Amino acid sequence: MRFDLKIIASWIEPGSRVLDLGCGEGELLRYLKEHKGVKATGIEKDEAEVAVCISRGLSVLQGDFNQEVADYQPASFDYVILSQTLQQVYEPVTLINALLAIGKKVIVSFPNFSYWRIRLHLLFAGCAPKSKELPYEWYNTPNIRVITMKDFRNFARDNGIAILREAAINTHRQQATGHLVHFLPDLRATYGIFLIGRTSPFRGRPPAG
Amino acid sequence: MPEACANLVVKRFFTFAGPPHELILESGERLGPVTVAYETIGALSPKRDNAVLVVHALTGDSHVAGCYTAEDSRPGWWDIMVGPGKAIDTGRYFVICANVLGGCMGSTGPSSLNPATGRPYGLDFPLVTIGDMVTVQKALLDHLGISRLLAVVGGSVGGMQVLTWCARYPEMVRAAIPLATTPRHSAQAIAFNEVARQAIMADPHWRGGHYYEAGAKPDLGLAVARMIGHITYLSNESMRRKFGRQLKSRDALSFHFDAGFEVESYLRYQGNKFVERFDANSFLYLTKAADYFDLDDYASDDGFEGAETSFLVVAFTSDWLYPTEQSRTLVRQLKRSGLDVSFCEIESDWGHDAFLLPSERLHNLVAAFLDRIHREGG
Repeated sequence: MRFDLKIIASWIEPGSRVLDLGCGEGELLRYLKEHKGVKATGIEKDEAEVAVCISRGLSVLQGDFNQEVADYQPASFDYVILSQTLQQVYEPVTLINALLAIGKKVIVSFPNFSYWRIRLHLLFAGCAPKSKELPYEWYNTPNIRVITMKDFRNFARDNGIAILREAAINTHRQQATGHLVHFLPDLRATYGIFLIGRTSPFRGRPPAG
Repeated sequence: MPEACANLVVKRFFTFAGPPHELILESGERLGPVTVAYETIGALSPKRDNAVLVVHALTGDSHVAGCYTAEDSRPGWWDIMVGPGKAIDTGRYFVICANVLGGCMGSTGPSSLNPATGRPYGLDFPLVTIGDMVTVQKALLDHLGISRLLAVVGGSVGGMQVLTWCARYPEMVRAAIPLATTPRHSAQAIAFNEVARQAIMADPHWRGGHYYEAGAKPDLGLAVARMIGHITYLSNESMRRKFGRQLKSRDALSFHFDAGFEVESYLRYQGNKFVERFDANSFLYLTKAADYFDLDDYASDDGFEGAETSFLVVAFTSDWLYPTEQSRTLVRQLKRSGLDVSFCEIESDWGHDAFLLPSERLHNLVAAFLDRIHREGG
């Protein structure tokens, strides 16, 4: 399993209700179902991937999660997971508010644009940065949003969202290996992972990790 | 197909609701006695937890799979899906399929004898609804001693019965597979059915529905009705691929009204074949039941209160009779009700008919979903 998904999985309480947005072939959901006994639901737009999920015994809906999340009752899930997708979302504020309505907690991960290699690339090459995590040109990238870990903390603060937990990791896009970054995380992490909630019991504390 | 013929089935009949205990229909009318034709395949487990009810579409029957005799070369209508080792594996599940109320394949319908007159009902047969069909299926299951269904499976008008089962008897249904269906009949679908009915009623042999003893049946009207139906089951793309503008055994236009194009010839053939096996009045009643169908009549606005049914909803991209958006409306209602629901829109060029055609994807989805439900303990 991808390293960032391992971190996310480690945050999930056993027996909880989990919704994974853009769940692909259901790798994370299957792990959570087998190892943590969660009630797993996924949303995926690709028909073939949906079929793989259902053939693996998962409950998955084919559709665009930006629309699909609107139809659940409030607090239908203990966790809603948006992994490596926030940078592609057209209306992130609307989406995250919707997720915080249907989920008690939300886990968001994204490529960290303040990673030192990206900074240096812009500084010295003078071009829009490309990396293993963000391998596209400016004109063909699906990643329409540039987000740093600091940007996300500011976003959470300005929108009354509590960051309950935070992890900075160094891993590559589809890799199973990686490590947590404790020293200078904003500079050295390739991905940030945040557990957020509507109320803010941890507000003001320095981020954990 | 020697494999299918190894799977022998028997059509059985169950009669109930004899006077004075007639069935009270949704319309308020009383009907009885009621006979239901049904077939079963596989064995009911000692715990009675492996029963799968398959419900047929508009003009189907109880003969879902297998053959009546070893020499029979024509297996049931869903033999590709139902049988030993197939997606609905009769080695594991006890499959039941019954002809709907109002039909003409052994269950009570307008062609049955009216006990009050000793003659066929004709239009004296009361209008029946999808809910009435489900009531009869429920009576059959009570008779068979089945109080819980592992799953109810059906496409099109069968899917409407699946949804009605889930709304009416949620505690009985562990899982549901509505395929290529809709939570309510659209104006467009009603419109096509109305044209089909008008074709039957305009046939002089229809005689206000009392044609059974007249010798001639409204075959022309019924054939046209079937042709209209067939158009709605196909798609623009499937017609283009199947027929295009191909001419039948000629290489030039004939300049008269014979079936010159392949597509004309196909529709005429389907229409003529249909009248041999189907009753025109049944067609009127069953299309009307489909038109009346609105899931909201059976489920509250919040949906399926108290239900714990798991759903696998499947739509097909080129189905314009019950387009994907109608399945999505259903999925939204199920989500709002907090139900466990999976949804897949299968890419297919074959229109509404796709649910009856071989599709590895559909078969895998159904097999895996049922397997999961069965392993979870039914």
